[in-house]
Amino acid sequence: MKIGVLIKQVPATDKVRMDEKTGTMVRSEMEAELNPLDMYAVEEAVRIKERLKDVHITAITMGPQSASDAIRDAISIGCDDGYLLTDRRFAGADTWATAYTLSMAIKKVGGFDLILCGERATDGETGQVGPSVGSQMGIPVLTYVSEIVDLTDKHVRVKRAIEGGHEIVEVDLPALISVVKEINDPRIPNLSGKLKAKFAEIGSLDSVSIEADQSKIGLGGSPTKVVKVFYPKLTRSGEIVRSKDPQSSIKALLNFLKSKEII
Amino acid sequence: MSGVWTLAEFREDRINSVSYELLAWGRSLADTLKVELSSVILGCEIKDVESLFDHGSDIVYKVDDKRVEHFLPDTYSNIIFSLVKKYDPQIIIASATTYGRTIMPVLSTKLNTGLTADCTKLEIGDDGTLLQTRPAIGGNVMATIRTQTRLQMATVRPRSKKPISYDKSQRKIIVPEIEDELFKSAYRWIKFERDESTDLPIQEADVVISGGRGMRDEKNFEMLYALAKELNGVVGASRTAVDMGWIPYSHQVGLSGKTVSPHLYMAFGISGAIQHIAGMSSSDIVIAVNTDPDAPIFNVADFGIVGDATEILPELLKALGDKNE
Ligand SMILES: Cc1cc2nc3c(=O)[nH]c(=O)nc-3n(C[C@H](O)[C@H](O)[C@H](O)COP(=O)(O)OP(=O)(O)OC[C@H]3O[C@@H](n4cnc5c(N)ncnc54)[C@H](O)[C@@H]3O)c2cc1C
Ligand SMILES: Cc1cc2nc3c(=O)[nH]c(=O)nc-3n(C[C@H](O)[C@H](O)[C@H](O)COP(=O)(O)OP(=O)(O)OC[C@H]3O[C@@H](n4cnc5c(N)ncnc54)[C@H](O)[C@@H]3O)c2cc1C
Repeated sequence: MKIGVLIKQVPATDKVRMDEKTGTMVRSEMEAELNPLDMYAVEEAVRIKERLKDVHITAITMGPQSASDAIRDAISIGCDDGYLLTDRRFAGADTWATAYTLSMAIKKVGGFDLILCGERATDGETGQVGPSVGSQMGIPVLTYVSEIVDLTDKHVRVKRAIEGGHEIVEVDLPALISVVKEINDPRIPNLSGKLKAKFAEIGSLDSVSIEADQSKIGLGGSPTKVVKVFYPKLTRSGEIVRSKDPQSSIKALLNFLKSKEII
Repeated sequence: MSGVWTLAEFREDRINSVSYELLAWGRSLADTLKVELSSVILGCEIKDVESLFDHGSDIVYKVDDKRVEHFLPDTYSNIIFSLVKKYDPQIIIASATTYGRTIMPVLSTKLNTGLTADCTKLEIGDDGTLLQTRPAIGGNVMATIRTQTRLQMATVRPRSKKPISYDKSQRKIIVPEIEDELFKSAYRWIKFERDESTDLPIQEADVVISGGRGMRDEKNFEMLYALAKELNGVVGASRTAVDMGWIPYSHQVGLSGKTVSPHLYMAFGISGAIQHIAGMSSSDIVIAVNTDPDAPIFNVADFGIVGDATEILPELLKALGDKNE
């Protein structure tokens, strides 16, 4: 079985700078890491490999040259190899263009039975790329998966975490699955994994090698445009009660709740 | 051209309340553009379609069929795709629920149009296009997005607008003819297992009572459930509380959990890490209880008590109980 895992590199810092003109993120000068929610997708792929025979896992990311670190992180946990999709023309892609680009790369690398991705990236936070990739490729999409109940060469049955409970559905392969955090506990890479990652050869793809339609990639191929960015004021200056006596604190709280017509 | 569409949700025998919130957004857009507002609803033995008119719809496109009893992304998107091609709306919005967040990207990709995620504000710009504002990067940034295609699509954060009542509806129900081919699905739906612990998903609740590590143990969470019951709310939690096994992951609020924007958010024994705040900063009213006067949660609180949550809670429950007697 061939498994592809889609991973994204995201800024690790809480402070992110935006280019107000183009509405895209300024990535240099920031520390980057593998999207924490993609760790669960990588871990799940590795668990499948441990369970079934002849599983090969390929990690794929679109990003700047430095995103090869995310591929190495994935390999250190147990992915077999990886591809970095990098090209100046990919820059500024929205989820539509990102999904188009990733689906062209997936076609190029070829033959995946299962594609795993994270629920959402902690920076753009749309959660749209996974389902869009599935839609681009015309394969079934299983979102919010909290458990792979059964997996054979032919089909996959999953549990989806939806409002109010869990739904169980099954599809034939190939299929795309986006996982939620509930699905597993990602492992920490061990020394041999880190060494393997350090010396791993990472495949490189660009817009020409994946035979992308140049009008569908990057900023130019993106139907959405960020027209304005601003920083919301998160702080509120509320009244803080510091009484030693819980009774008087509660009295103040009840008054506050009453003033807001909550009780 | 048929104006603004909203995707209503019919699940477990009822129309989801977020469908009405969506109509409130839709109504303001449709009124500005002077076009009709429609709801699209798929399901089996759909009830209470009239309520969609009462909350803002002029027209309802209804597909009532055993074969769409459950959400099948391919069948649903194929059917809605065919309706879009036939009736040609200019804006489609859906709630940012697991349904909306799945169907919309699948659909927008097929339609070759852009999609904006989890918006908290929608308005019509001077040139008549849709301006979509959404938080990103853990609530640190707000972005206003415009879609360059004629058809513009967005998902909307639950609880970002209150439902309205509407009495000018044409109350027109359209039952489109759908080819059998479109009902075919690659999905085999097996079953739904309802959660025992909550009635309402935390994203849809009016009041969220959350606990963190400062609650000390699982048993103390019972006080949070009692308070939630008193205030008609649900219980949320920090990641640490979830990691401790005190409460299931579906209750986690924050960057790697759920984003909530209730009317009232109460945080007991939660420090207020940036990743937690990312999931609750758009709440209307925030109340925090923490032993540490310097806890960052107080920076985002409208009211705070420096004190021990496990002492405050029993007293608060008692006071609320007395009040009701
Ligand atoms: C402030 C801001 C707001 C934005 N709003 C929108 C918007 O509303 N609509 C829109 O279309 N675009 C939007 N964008 C652009 C969007 O962030 C980028 O297209 C981004 O490349 C992918 O979206 P995401 O970060 O939301 O990923 P998500 O869709 O949240 O990612 C889901 C999963 O897809 C996979 N994945 C995502 N990106 C990659 C990648 N580059 N390589 C490999 N796998 C990947 C990962 O498995 C990930 O867990 C916005 C950007 C910014 C900065
Ligand atoms: C990538 C990433 C994603 C994350 N995602 C999330 C997320 O989605 N949600 C989330 O919540 N966190 C998330 N975190 C974790 C986050 O950084 C914090 O570690 C976490 O929120 C802390 O939980 P806490 O406030 O319960 O615990 P602590 O930070 O340990 O705080 C406990 C607080 O309780 C107070 N306290 C102690 N005893 C009492 C008492 N008796 N009465 C009252 N107060 C008391 C203490 O003063 C302290 O402020 C994420 C972290 C990372 C790196």
